[in-house]
Formats: sequence, C-alpha cells, structure tokens
Amino acid sequence: MNTDFEVQSLDTPVKQEPGWYQLKYLVAGVFFGIILVKSQVVSWYRIQEMFRLQSFHMYGVIGSAVVTGMISVFLIKRLKIRTIHGEPVTFTNKTFNKGQVFGGLLFGFGWAMTGACPGPLFAQIGAGFTVTVVTLFSAIVGTWVYGAVRERLPH
Amino acid sequence: MLMNALSAPWPWYVAGPLIGLTVPLLLLLGNRHFGISSSLRHICAACLPAKIPFFSYNWKKESWNLFFVAGILLGGTIAAFHLTDPLPVVIHPQLAAELQGYGVTDHHALLPVQLFNWQALLTIRGFILMVVGGFLVGFGTRYAGGCTSGHAIMGLSNLQWPSLVATCCFMAGGFIMANLILPFILHL
Repeated sequence: MNTDFEVQSLDTPVKQEPGWYQLKYLVAGVFFGIILVKSQVVSWYRIQEMFRLQSFHMYGVIGSAVVTGMISVFLIKRLKIRTIHGEPVTFTNKTFNKGQVFGGLLFGFGWAMTGACPGPLFAQIGAGFTVTVVTLFSAIVGTWVYGAVRERLPH
Repeated sequence: MLMNALSAPWPWYVAGPLIGLTVPLLLLLGNRHFGISSSLRHICAACLPAKIPFFSYNWKKESWNLFFVAGILLGGTIAAFHLTDPLPVVIHPQLAAELQGYGVTDHHALLPVQLFNWQALLTIRGFILMVVGGFLVGFGTRYAGGCTSGHAIMGLSNLQWPSLVATCCFMAGGFIMANLILPFILHL
C-alpha cells in the first residue's frame, strides 16, 4: 500500500531548473525566517501559551495565515495564474490515512516539548540558539526511523 | 522609526498574512508546495538512504526545499542580530508563575535558556525536552505526512480535509503534552 504522496517530483513532473534558480528559494526562506523570529512564532513561550489558552497570538498568526493562503490558492486556481516562468501551477490532493492521526498526535507532543515545529528549528539555530542543532539532528533521526519502520506501522 | 517598528515583536495580523503569502510566493516562483518537514526527509535521502524505499528517490529534484530551509536559518540570523528586539520577551503571568515552580525564571530570550542549553542536555529533563522532543517532531511529522506548514497552512489553503484532521491532531497532541505530561517532565 502506497501512502507516500509527499515527494512532489514523484507525483508531478517537475521541470528541471538551472542551479542558480535555487537562489529564489533561498531568498524566500530568508523572508520566511525573519517573519518567524520577529513574530515570535519560534518562541517556546508562545507555543506554551497557545496550548494553555493563555494568548491569542499563535491562533491569530495561524488563522490569518490560513485565510491568506486559501484566498491565494483560490485566486491562482480561478484565474489560472502561472508561475513567473510561465509554467502552470498544479495541486495534489492529500489522501486520508491513519498516519495523520497517530503521527499528528506524536508531532503535537514534540511540538509542545521543544516549542518548535520544523521551520522554527532552523530559525532558532540561525537566531543563535546553538543547542537546537541537537533537536534538529534528533528530528532527522526521527524521520529516518519512521522511514525504516513505516511498513510495520498502521496507516 | 521604521527600524523601531521592525525591531519590536510583529503583531499576529502582520505576521500571519505574511506567512500565508509564502504559499502563493512558492507556487508562483516555481510551482513549489509549501512544506518544511520534507526537508528532513530529503536530508535522510541525501545522507543515509540505506536502501530504505522511503528514502530512495532523487532528492536533488527536491533540493529547492533545502535552499528554502537554509534561507530560514539565515533569516533567523538577520532577525535576531540585525532587527534585535531590545526588550525581554513578554510572557503571560500565569505561565511565568508556573515556570517559577520548576525553577525557570530567566525570560530574556525567545527560549527559556535554563531549559535549553548544552549543559541541560546531560540532565534527564533537558534530554527529554530536546532529544526525545526532537525525535517526536521528526517521526510524527513524517508519519502524519507534513507539519504545520505542509498540513495546517498549505493543506488547509488547498481545502484538503486530511490536512484538517492532521492539524486537529497536532493541536490535540500539544494540549495533552503541555497540560498533562509536560508538568511532570519539567519537575524532573
């Protein structure tokens, strides 16, 4: 049973881009990283307040991000907007499997412990919290172990 | 004036829409789907695929993702060292009181430095928070097929109901951990 719908280049043919094009994504990442730190989304405290219902901040950030993303995707689909290189924009549907429940809960545990989801892990390291390198390494190990045992897990 | 506004913590109604705009930004830059935890998988595929089918794909075709996370790291540096907020982090008094009970009183940084530092790694509490917590982040996101970015933001933006299930489970897991389990860990 294949539940692997995550590698975009396996699902849809992705045109090979020249190497220096990757700099686009580096710049996009820089902007994203600045937003994550300046909005304190990378803060362990903000995550604790979210899960203790002590602050609206994270709900406001995620909620308004989702609404902005929804409107954007709707407009891209409706107006058939293409990429800056004139390629069509494609979407893949996600299929339900039990991993979204079990894995989701496990990630939720880790999120509340480390106070970081994967994006903030990178941003924290950049912001000078060097010990987060260990957390990130551990997350990579966790990903690897999942890959090694996934056939035996309920999906 | 502008620098002052940029250095102070950004309110949710500025940061949220900007984060949301990352979705169309990546789509229009090259039809890329916003998602960060995949980078961890690509790192596995690049460094130690070990003939595991899950890591046997051409990660180089997904290398944009690695450039994106490298950018996030760099952005974190710029934000922390060039747009530095001079004031300590403001935290909810109830949270401060709870943390005081665990001996965590230093709130000058974005992370409680008394919990997250290199020496703390050698304590049971620090080991559980960083090493076990990190493992759960990596294992859980891949098992769920995405994290806050891929499911909660990209998936919901594309109206994918499995992403809604995943997002609800992220939140449920977080509530259970923060309120029921974390107090015991922090007491260690």
